Amino acid sequence: MAFYECVYMARPDVSPTQVEAITEQITSIITEYGGSVHSTEYWGLKSLAYRVKKNRKAHYVLMNIDTNNDGKAEMERNMSLNEDVLRLMTLRIEEMPEGPSIQMRAKARGDRPDRGDRGDRGDRGDRGDRGGDRGERRERRDAE
Amino acid sequence: MARRPFTRRKKSCPFSGPNAPVIDYKDTKLLSRFLSERGKIVPSRITAVSAKKQRELSRAIKRARTMALLPYVIG
Repeated sequence: MAFYECVYMARPDVSPTQVEAITEQITSIITEYGGSVHSTEYWGLKSLAYRVKKNRKAHYVLMNIDTNNDGKAEMERNMSLNEDVLRLMTLRIEEMPEGPSIQMRAKARGDRPDRGDRGDRGDRGDRGDRGGDRGERRERRDAE
Repeated sequence: MARRPFTRRKKSCPFSGPNAPVIDYKDTKLLSRFLSERGKIVPSRITAVSAKKQRELSRAIKRARTMALLPYVIG
């Protein structure tokens, strides 16, 4: 058994309850193979950074799963067949995370984690005084 | 060192130290600070991220791009 975290994106025109059903489906596959779902998080309908299959938004769900390789493989196979799932990423993690993920915490604080914060690069302010050996590099950036 | 009076050399890596942030592909707010205006990954010689953390960071950014949390290109 190993720990995995799985994030999937569902089509925006399915309802949150249908997204719940997909999560249920994953859970049932995992338990069928003797694993367990530690926690699930629904991030909501988020706008995508680029279009995926003509969609500009998608439902995001994060699941923390404890399963063996067969269960994971079967779950991934099933989800790749599901038309409502746009994309799926399952990553091996060392330990189960404590508490909500950073996405949920950002949502709870009420700021938008997705896009719109391009001006927020505060720690690059004092680049100018890093020595004189980077003159031509800065010019190239300006030209861009 | 005292070549110029106002030189502030030796920036330390933003991901090392006691309360450094954890690099996580889900943390788009943090990762977007290491992207250029065009959405490219900023080289570590500018952001002063250590080589090890830069590898971790670029991996996280690429994962976030895969899941459409971050853009591949802007504009």
